[in-house]
Amino acid sequence: MSLRDFGPNELMFLLLATRWTVLLALVGFAGGGLIGLIVAAIRVAPARPLRWLAAAYIQFFMGTPILIQLFMAYYGSSLLGYRPDPWVAAAVTFSLNGGAFFGEIFRGAIEAIPKGQWEASTALGFRFVRTLRLVIIPQAVRLMLPPTVGFMVQIVKTTSIASLIGLTELARAATQVNTVTFQPVMVFGTVSLIYFALCWPLSLYAGYLERRFASGTTLKIEAPLAVSAV
Amino acid sequence: MQTALQFGPVLVHLDLLLRGLEKTIQLAALSILFGTLIGILGAVGRSFGPRFLSWLIACYVELIRNTPLLIQLYFVFFSLPLFGFKLSSNTAAIVALSIHLGAYATEILRAGIEAIPEGQIEAAKSLGLSRYRIIRHVVLVPAARAVYPSLSAQFILQIMGTSIVGAIAAEELTAVANNLVMQTFRSFEVYIVIALIYFVLVQAASLLFAGIGKLMFRWKV
Repeated sequence: MSLRDFGPNELMFLLLATRWTVLLALVGFAGGGLIGLIVAAIRVAPARPLRWLAAAYIQFFMGTPILIQLFMAYYGSSLLGYRPDPWVAAAVTFSLNGGAFFGEIFRGAIEAIPKGQWEASTALGFRFVRTLRLVIIPQAVRLMLPPTVGFMVQIVKTTSIASLIGLTELARAATQVNTVTFQPVMVFGTVSLIYFALCWPLSLYAGYLERRFASGTTLKIEAPLAVSAV
Repeated sequence: MQTALQFGPVLVHLDLLLRGLEKTIQLAALSILFGTLIGILGAVGRSFGPRFLSWLIACYVELIRNTPLLIQLYFVFFSLPLFGFKLSSNTAAIVALSIHLGAYATEILRAGIEAIPEGQIEAAKSLGLSRYRIIRHVVLVPAARAVYPSLSAQFILQIMGTSIVGAIAAEELTAVANNLVMQTFRSFEVYIVIALIYFVLVQAASLLFAGIGKLMFRWKV
Protein backbone atom coordinates (compact mmCIF):
# COMPACT_ATOMS: atom_id res chain seq x y z
CA MET A 1 0.00 0.00 0.00
CA SER A 2 1.36 3.35 -0.87
CA LEU A 3 0.06 6.81 -0.05
CA ARG A 4 0.59 8.01 -3.57
CA ASP A 5 2.26 7.17 -6.84
CA PHE A 6 5.49 8.46 -8.26
CA GLY A 7 4.32 11.16 -10.66
CA PRO A 8 5.38 14.53 -12.05
CA ASN A 9 4.99 16.17 -8.63
CA GLU A 10 7.41 13.74 -7.05
CA LEU A 11 9.85 14.20 -9.92
CA MET A 12 9.62 17.96 -9.47
CA PHE A 13 10.28 17.57 -5.76
CA LEU A 14 13.44 15.60 -6.52
CA LEU A 15 14.60 18.07 -9.14
CA LEU A 16 14.07 20.98 -6.77
CA ALA A 17 16.04 19.17 -4.07
CA THR A 18 18.87 18.83 -6.60
CA ARG A 19 19.43 22.59 -6.18
CA TRP A 20 20.75 21.99 -2.69
CA THR A 21 22.99 19.17 -3.83
CA VAL A 22 24.49 21.45 -6.46
CA LEU A 23 24.82 24.38 -4.07
CA LEU A 24 26.46 22.20 -1.42
CA ALA A 25 28.88 20.79 -4.00
CA LEU A 26 29.78 24.31 -5.15
CA VAL A 27 30.40 25.40 -1.56
CA GLY A 28 32.56 22.34 -0.97
CA PHE A 29 34.46 22.93 -4.18
CA ALA A 30 35.13 26.60 -3.50
CA GLY A 31 36.00 26.12 0.16
CA GLY A 32 37.98 22.97 -0.48
CA GLY A 33 39.87 24.49 -3.38
CA LEU A 34 40.86 27.53 -1.37
CA ILE A 35 41.94 25.52 1.68
CA GLY A 36 43.68 23.02 -0.59
CA LEU A 37 45.75 25.76 -2.19
CA ILE A 38 46.89 27.02 1.21
CA VAL A 39 47.57 23.50 2.49
CA ALA A 40 49.57 22.60 -0.61
CA ALA A 41 51.61 25.79 -0.31
CA ILE A 42 52.35 25.00 3.34
CA ARG A 43 53.24 21.41 2.45
CA VAL A 44 56.04 22.60 0.16
CA ALA A 45 57.02 25.58 2.34
CA PRO A 46 60.52 25.83 3.82
CA ALA A 47 59.27 25.92 7.45
CA ARG A 48 59.32 22.35 8.75
CA PRO A 49 56.84 22.65 11.70
CA LEU A 50 54.27 24.13 9.33
CA ARG A 51 54.78 21.23 6.92
CA TRP A 52 54.15 18.74 9.72
CA LEU A 53 51.01 20.58 10.76
CA ALA A 54 49.65 20.44 7.22
CA ALA A 55 50.60 16.77 6.95
CA ALA A 56 48.73 15.99 10.18
CA TYR A 57 45.68 17.86 8.86
CA ILE A 58 45.74 15.80 5.67
CA GLN A 59 46.29 12.56 7.59
CA PHE A 60 43.27 13.19 9.77
CA PHE A 61 40.89 14.15 6.98
CA MET A 62 42.03 11.40 4.60
CA GLY A 63 42.35 8.76 7.31
CA THR A 64 38.90 8.95 8.89
CA PRO A 65 35.47 8.58 7.24
CA ILE A 66 33.93 11.85 6.12
CA LEU A 67 30.68 10.84 7.79
CA ILE A 68 32.41 10.87 11.19
CA GLN A 69 33.91 14.27 10.35
CA LEU A 70 30.43 15.48 9.48
CA PHE A 71 29.00 14.21 12.77
CA MET A 72 31.88 15.83 14.66
CA ALA A 73 31.22 19.17 12.99
CA TYR A 74 27.49 18.86 13.58
CA TYR A 75 27.61 17.88 17.24
CA GLY A 76 30.83 19.72 18.00
CA SER A 77 29.20 23.03 17.15
CA SER A 78 26.94 22.72 20.20
CA LEU A 79 30.05 22.10 22.28
CA LEU A 80 31.32 25.49 21.14
CA GLY A 81 27.99 27.01 22.13
CA TYR A 82 26.37 27.24 18.69
CA ARG A 83 23.09 25.70 17.66
CA PRO A 84 23.83 22.70 15.42
CA ASP A 85 22.98 23.65 11.86
CA PRO A 86 23.19 21.01 9.13
CA TRP A 87 24.13 23.53 6.46
CA VAL A 88 26.98 25.05 8.43
CA ALA A 89 28.24 21.62 9.50
CA ALA A 90 28.08 20.29 5.94
CA ALA A 91 29.74 23.36 4.43
CA VAL A 92 32.54 23.28 7.00
CA THR A 93 33.08 19.52 6.66
CA PHE A 94 33.10 19.41 2.88
CA SER A 95 35.44 22.40 2.74
CA LEU A 96 37.90 20.97 5.27
CA ASN A 97 37.74 17.46 3.81
CA GLY A 98 38.01 18.75 0.25
CA GLY A 99 40.91 20.92 1.39
CA ALA A 100 42.87 17.84 2.40
CA PHE A 101 42.27 16.03 -0.91
CA PHE A 102 42.83 19.13 -3.03
CA GLY A 103 45.93 19.86 -0.96
CA GLU A 104 47.37 16.47 -1.94
CA ILE A 105 46.39 16.90 -5.58
CA PHE A 106 47.96 20.36 -5.77
CA ARG A 107 51.07 19.29 -3.89
CA GLY A 108 51.57 16.38 -6.30
CA ALA A 109 51.38 18.77 -9.22
CA ILE A 110 53.70 21.33 -7.59
CA GLU A 111 56.29 18.69 -6.77
CA ALA A 112 56.23 17.43 -10.34
CA ILE A 113 57.72 20.74 -11.51
CA PRO A 114 61.51 20.35 -11.81
CA LYS A 115 63.72 21.70 -8.99
CA GLY A 116 65.59 23.87 -11.47
CA GLN A 117 62.56 26.15 -11.73
CA TRP A 118 62.78 26.89 -8.00
CA GLU A 119 66.51 27.44 -8.21
CA ALA A 120 66.18 29.76 -11.19
CA SER A 121 63.56 31.81 -9.35
CA THR A 122 65.76 32.02 -6.27
CA ALA A 123 68.61 33.15 -8.49
CA LEU A 124 66.32 35.88 -9.84
CA GLY A 125 65.62 37.01 -6.28
CA PHE A 126 62.11 35.61 -5.92
CA ARG A 127 60.98 34.55 -2.46
CA PHE A 128 58.82 31.51 -1.74
CA VAL A 129 55.34 32.92 -2.29
CA ARG A 130 56.24 34.78 -5.49
CA THR A 131 58.04 31.75 -6.89
CA LEU A 132 55.00 29.63 -6.21
CA ARG A 133 52.55 32.18 -7.60
CA LEU A 134 54.44 33.36 -10.66
CA VAL A 135 56.62 30.42 -11.66
CA ILE A 136 55.50 27.10 -10.25
CA ILE A 137 51.69 27.19 -10.15
CA PRO A 138 51.23 28.48 -13.71
CA GLN A 139 53.16 25.41 -14.89
CA ALA A 140 51.50 23.05 -12.44
CA VAL A 141 47.94 24.01 -13.42
CA ARG A 142 47.83 21.69 -16.42
CA LEU A 143 48.83 18.82 -14.13
CA MET A 144 46.38 19.63 -11.35
CA LEU A 145 43.39 20.38 -13.55
CA PRO A 146 42.35 16.82 -14.54
CA PRO A 147 42.39 15.37 -10.99
CA THR A 148 40.70 18.52 -9.71
CA VAL A 149 37.78 18.08 -12.09
CA GLY A 150 37.78 14.38 -11.19
CA PHE A 151 37.51 15.22 -7.53
CA MET A 152 34.52 17.47 -8.24
CA VAL A 153 32.66 14.28 -9.12
CA GLN A 154 33.53 12.93 -5.69
CA ILE A 155 32.27 16.10 -4.02
CA VAL A 156 28.92 15.90 -5.80
CA LYS A 157 28.51 12.26 -4.73
CA THR A 158 29.69 12.89 -1.19
CA THR A 159 27.10 15.63 -0.62
CA SER A 160 24.61 12.75 -0.38
CA ILE A 161 25.78 11.95 3.15
CA ALA A 162 24.64 15.39 4.33
CA SER A 163 21.19 13.77 4.27
CA LEU A 164 22.28 11.78 7.33
CA ILE A 165 22.42 14.92 9.47
CA GLY A 166 19.04 16.00 8.19
CA LEU A 167 19.93 18.32 5.34
CA THR A 168 17.21 18.00 2.70
CA GLU A 169 19.17 17.58 -0.51
CA LEU A 170 18.65 15.03 -3.25
CA ALA A 171 19.38 11.85 -1.27
CA ARG A 172 17.12 12.85 1.61
CA ALA A 173 14.38 13.95 -0.75
CA ALA A 174 14.69 10.50 -2.32
CA THR A 175 14.14 8.68 0.98
CA GLN A 176 11.18 10.96 1.70
CA VAL A 177 9.57 10.25 -1.66
CA ASN A 178 10.31 6.55 -1.23
CA THR A 179 8.55 6.56 2.12
CA VAL A 180 5.29 7.90 0.70
CA THR A 181 5.26 6.14 -2.68
CA PHE A 182 7.14 2.97 -1.82
CA GLN A 183 8.35 2.58 -5.37
CA PRO A 184 12.07 2.22 -4.61
CA VAL A 185 13.11 1.11 -8.10
CA MET A 186 11.46 4.16 -9.63
CA VAL A 187 12.57 6.61 -6.96
CA PHE A 188 16.18 5.55 -6.55
CA GLY A 189 16.48 4.84 -10.26
CA THR A 190 15.43 8.41 -11.01
CA VAL A 191 17.73 9.82 -8.34
CA SER A 192 20.63 7.75 -9.68
CA LEU A 193 19.99 9.25 -13.11
CA ILE A 194 19.98 12.78 -11.68
CA TYR A 195 23.30 12.18 -9.92
CA PHE A 196 24.61 10.55 -13.07
CA ALA A 197 23.58 13.57 -15.13
CA LEU A 198 25.52 15.80 -12.73
CA CYS A 199 28.62 13.61 -12.47
CA TRP A 200 29.12 12.00 -15.85
CA PRO A 201 29.86 15.18 -17.81
CA LEU A 202 32.45 16.06 -15.16
CA SER A 203 33.97 12.58 -15.40
CA LEU A 204 34.14 12.81 -19.19
CA TYR A 205 35.67 16.27 -18.99
CA ALA A 206 38.28 15.06 -16.49
CA GLY A 207 39.19 12.20 -18.82
CA TYR A 208 39.41 14.59 -21.77
CA LEU A 209 41.67 16.99 -19.85
CA GLU A 210 43.89 14.11 -18.78
CA ARG A 211 44.37 12.89 -22.33
CA ARG A 212 44.87 16.41 -23.64
CA PHE A 213 47.44 17.46 -21.07
CA ALA A 214 49.21 14.10 -21.07
CA SER A 215 50.28 14.68 -24.65
CA GLY A 216 52.88 17.36 -24.99
CA THR A 217 54.43 17.02 -21.56
CA THR A 218 56.78 14.61 -19.86
CA LEU A 219 55.84 15.90 -16.42
CA LYS A 220 53.77 13.53 -14.32
CA ILE A 221 52.23 13.57 -10.88
CA GLU A 222 54.21 11.07 -8.80
CA ALA A 223 51.40 8.96 -7.35
CA PRO A 224 47.93 9.85 -8.60
CA LEU A 225 45.68 9.19 -5.63
CA ALA A 226 42.54 7.14 -5.83
CA VAL A 227 39.56 9.13 -4.69
CA SER A 228 36.15 7.64 -4.16
CA ALA A 229 35.08 8.22 -0.54
CA VAL A 230 31.36 7.42 -0.67
CA MET B 1 26.09 23.98 29.04
CA GLN B 2 28.85 21.55 29.80
CA THR B 3 32.00 22.29 27.87
CA ALA B 4 34.51 19.90 29.42
CA LEU B 5 35.07 16.74 27.42
CA GLN B 6 34.26 13.59 29.36
CA PHE B 7 35.41 10.35 27.83
CA GLY B 8 34.55 8.20 30.85
CA PRO B 9 30.88 7.56 29.92
CA VAL B 10 31.98 6.59 26.41
CA LEU B 11 34.85 4.30 27.30
CA VAL B 12 32.63 2.30 29.67
CA HIS B 13 31.01 0.94 26.54
CA LEU B 14 34.26 -0.25 25.05
CA ASP B 15 32.79 -3.73 24.49
CA LEU B 16 30.07 -2.26 22.26
CA LEU B 17 32.64 -0.27 20.33
CA LEU B 18 34.77 -3.35 19.80
CA ARG B 19 31.78 -5.33 18.56
CA GLY B 20 31.03 -2.50 16.14
CA LEU B 21 34.63 -2.54 15.00
CA GLU B 22 34.38 -6.27 14.40
CA LYS B 23 31.28 -5.77 12.24
CA THR B 24 32.99 -2.99 10.31
CA ILE B 25 36.01 -5.20 9.63
CA GLN B 26 33.69 -8.00 8.55
CA LEU B 27 31.77 -5.74 6.15
CA ALA B 28 34.99 -4.33 4.74
CA ALA B 29 36.72 -7.70 4.37
CA LEU B 30 33.78 -9.44 2.67
CA SER B 31 33.02 -6.55 0.34
CA ILE B 32 36.70 -6.20 -0.58
CA LEU B 33 36.82 -9.92 -1.35
CA PHE B 34 33.67 -9.93 -3.49
CA GLY B 35 34.42 -6.54 -5.01
CA THR B 36 37.85 -7.71 -6.13
CA LEU B 37 36.35 -10.86 -7.64
CA ILE B 38 33.84 -8.71 -9.55
CA GLY B 39 36.73 -6.48 -10.58
CA ILE B 40 38.80 -9.36 -11.96
CA LEU B 41 35.88 -10.81 -13.91
CA GLY B 42 34.81 -7.33 -15.03
CA ALA B 43 38.26 -6.31 -16.22
CA VAL B 44 38.78 -9.57 -18.15
CA GLY B 45 35.31 -9.33 -19.67
CA ARG B 46 35.86 -5.71 -20.56
CA SER B 47 39.19 -6.34 -22.26
CA PHE B 48 38.71 -9.79 -23.80
CA GLY B 49 34.96 -10.39 -23.89
CA PRO B 50 32.64 -9.99 -26.86
CA ARG B 51 31.81 -6.42 -27.77
CA PHE B 52 28.34 -6.44 -26.22
CA LEU B 53 29.62 -7.77 -22.89
CA SER B 54 32.43 -5.25 -22.92
CA TRP B 55 29.93 -2.45 -23.49
CA LEU B 56 27.67 -3.74 -20.73
CA ILE B 57 30.55 -3.78 -18.25
CA ALA B 58 31.53 -0.27 -19.31
CA CYS B 59 27.96 0.89 -18.53
CA TYR B 60 28.09 -0.79 -15.12
CA VAL B 61 31.39 0.88 -14.30
CA GLU B 62 30.27 4.35 -15.40
CA LEU B 63 26.90 4.09 -13.68
CA ILE B 64 28.39 3.04 -10.35
CA ARG B 65 31.28 5.48 -10.46
CA ASN B 66 29.00 8.42 -11.15
CA THR B 67 26.36 7.84 -8.47
CA PRO B 68 26.73 8.01 -4.68
CA LEU B 69 27.27 4.85 -2.65
CA LEU B 70 24.41 5.93 -0.38
CA ILE B 71 21.93 5.78 -3.27
CA GLN B 72 23.28 2.40 -4.37
CA LEU B 73 22.81 1.23 -0.81
CA TYR B 74 19.20 2.45 -0.69
CA PHE B 75 18.53 0.92 -4.08
CA VAL B 76 19.73 -2.52 -3.03
CA PHE B 77 18.11 -2.37 0.38
CA PHE B 78 14.66 -1.20 -0.73
CA SER B 79 14.39 -2.74 -4.21
CA LEU B 80 15.69 -6.29 -3.86
CA PRO B 81 12.88 -7.37 -1.48
CA LEU B 82 10.39 -6.47 -4.22
CA PHE B 83 12.04 -9.07 -6.46
CA GLY B 84 11.81 -11.71 -3.77
CA PHE B 85 15.25 -11.34 -2.20
CA LYS B 86 14.73 -10.81 1.51
CA LEU B 87 18.03 -9.44 2.74
CA SER B 88 19.09 -8.43 6.21
CA SER B 89 20.56 -4.93 6.54
CA ASN B 90 24.08 -6.27 6.76
CA THR B 91 23.68 -8.56 3.75
CA ALA B 92 22.24 -5.70 1.72
CA ALA B 93 25.18 -3.59 2.80
CA ILE B 94 27.68 -6.24 1.68
CA VAL B 95 25.90 -6.57 -1.67
CA ALA B 96 25.89 -2.81 -2.27
CA LEU B 97 29.48 -2.34 -1.10
CA SER B 98 30.69 -5.22 -3.28
CA ILE B 99 28.92 -3.88 -6.37
CA HIS B 100 30.38 -0.46 -5.59
CA LEU B 101 33.96 -1.64 -5.19
CA GLY B 102 33.56 -4.00 -8.14
CA ALA B 103 33.16 -1.05 -10.51
CA TYR B 104 36.26 0.71 -9.23
CA ALA B 105 38.30 -2.51 -9.19
CA THR B 106 37.21 -3.24 -12.78
CA GLU B 107 38.38 0.17 -13.91
CA ILE B 108 41.70 -0.02 -12.03
CA LEU B 109 42.50 -3.55 -13.28
CA ARG B 110 41.48 -2.65 -16.82
CA ALA B 111 44.01 0.19 -16.80
CA GLY B 112 46.63 -2.35 -15.72
CA ILE B 113 45.61 -4.80 -18.45
CA GLU B 114 45.77 -2.11 -21.12
CA ALA B 115 49.31 -1.27 -20.07
CA ILE B 116 50.49 -4.83 -20.85
CA PRO B 117 52.48 -4.68 -24.10
CA GLU B 118 50.81 -6.51 -26.98
CA GLY B 119 54.09 -8.31 -27.64
CA GLN B 120 53.87 -10.18 -24.34
CA ILE B 121 50.55 -11.71 -25.33
CA GLU B 122 51.85 -12.54 -28.81
CA ALA B 123 54.92 -14.16 -27.29
CA ALA B 124 52.72 -16.25 -24.99
CA LYS B 125 50.58 -17.28 -27.97
CA SER B 126 53.58 -18.34 -29.99
CA LEU B 127 54.71 -20.44 -27.02
CA GLY B 128 51.41 -22.26 -27.31
CA LEU B 129 49.91 -21.23 -23.98
CA SER B 130 46.17 -21.70 -23.70
CA ARG B 131 43.89 -18.66 -23.66
CA TYR B 132 43.14 -19.18 -19.97
CA ARG B 133 46.81 -19.36 -19.05
CA ILE B 134 47.63 -16.30 -21.12
CA ILE B 135 44.93 -14.27 -19.44
CA ARG B 136 45.87 -15.52 -16.01
CA HIS B 137 49.66 -15.56 -16.02
CA VAL B 138 50.66 -13.17 -18.77
CA VAL B 139 47.96 -10.53 -18.40
CA LEU B 140 46.23 -10.57 -15.02
CA VAL B 141 49.09 -11.12 -12.61
CA PRO B 142 51.45 -8.50 -14.09
CA ALA B 143 48.49 -6.10 -14.44
CA ALA B 144 47.46 -6.63 -10.81
CA ARG B 145 51.04 -6.11 -9.74
CA ALA B 146 51.27 -2.82 -11.64
CA VAL B 147 48.04 -1.39 -10.24
CA TYR B 148 48.27 -2.85 -6.75
CA PRO B 149 48.99 0.56 -5.11
CA SER B 150 45.82 2.09 -6.61
CA LEU B 151 43.87 -1.01 -5.75
CA SER B 152 44.91 -0.97 -2.10
CA ALA B 153 44.16 2.78 -1.90
CA GLN B 154 40.68 1.91 -3.14
CA PHE B 155 40.40 -0.79 -0.45
CA ILE B 156 41.22 1.80 2.21
CA LEU B 157 38.49 4.06 0.86
CA GLN B 158 36.16 1.08 0.96
CA ILE B 159 36.88 0.57 4.67
CA MET B 160 35.92 4.18 5.34
CA GLY B 161 32.93 3.85 3.02
CA THR B 162 31.43 1.16 5.28
CA SER B 163 30.69 3.96 7.75
CA ILE B 164 27.57 5.00 5.85
CA VAL B 165 25.77 1.64 5.91
CA GLY B 166 24.28 2.60 9.27
CA ALA B 167 21.82 4.54 7.08
CA ILE B 168 20.00 1.28 6.32
CA ALA B 169 20.23 0.16 9.96
CA ALA B 170 23.14 -2.18 9.33
CA GLU B 171 25.33 -2.86 12.34
CA GLU B 172 28.83 -1.41 12.28
CA LEU B 173 31.06 1.01 14.13
CA THR B 174 29.31 4.25 13.13
CA ALA B 175 25.90 2.82 13.93
CA VAL B 176 27.19 1.78 17.35
CA ALA B 177 28.45 5.34 17.77
CA ASN B 178 25.04 6.78 16.94
CA ASN B 179 23.42 4.51 19.52
CA LEU B 180 26.01 5.49 22.11
CA VAL B 181 25.28 9.16 21.46
CA MET B 182 21.65 8.56 22.32
CA GLN B 183 22.58 6.64 25.46
CA THR B 184 25.29 8.88 26.83
CA PHE B 185 24.52 12.29 25.25
CA ARG B 186 28.28 12.65 24.85
CA SER B 187 28.11 13.11 21.10
CA PHE B 188 31.40 14.86 20.46
CA GLU B 189 33.39 12.55 22.71
CA VAL B 190 31.86 9.50 21.05
CA TYR B 191 32.78 10.69 17.58
CA ILE B 192 36.32 11.60 18.65
CA VAL B 193 36.79 8.06 19.96
CA ILE B 194 35.24 6.60 16.81
CA ALA B 195 37.41 8.78 14.57
CA LEU B 196 40.45 7.52 16.45
CA ILE B 197 39.37 3.89 16.03
CA TYR B 198 38.85 4.39 12.29
CA PHE B 199 42.19 6.12 12.03
CA VAL B 200 44.01 3.24 13.69
CA LEU B 201 42.05 0.75 11.57
CA VAL B 202 42.98 2.57 8.37
CA GLN B 203 46.67 2.76 9.31
CA ALA B 204 46.70 -0.93 10.24
CA ALA B 205 44.97 -1.82 6.99
CA SER B 206 47.52 0.21 5.00
CA LEU B 207 50.33 -1.77 6.61
CA LEU B 208 48.46 -5.03 6.02
CA PHE B 209 47.88 -4.27 2.32
CA ALA B 210 51.51 -3.25 1.88
CA GLY B 211 52.56 -6.54 3.49
CA ILE B 212 50.19 -8.57 1.33
CA GLY B 213 51.51 -6.77 -1.74
CA LYS B 214 55.08 -7.65 -0.81
CA LEU B 215 54.18 -11.31 -0.28
CA MET B 216 52.06 -11.68 -3.41
CA PHE B 217 54.31 -9.84 -5.82
CA ARG B 218 57.75 -10.55 -4.44
CA TRP B 219 59.40 -11.99 -7.54
CA LYS B 220 61.26 -9.81 -9.99
CA VAL B 221 59.58 -8.77 -13.21
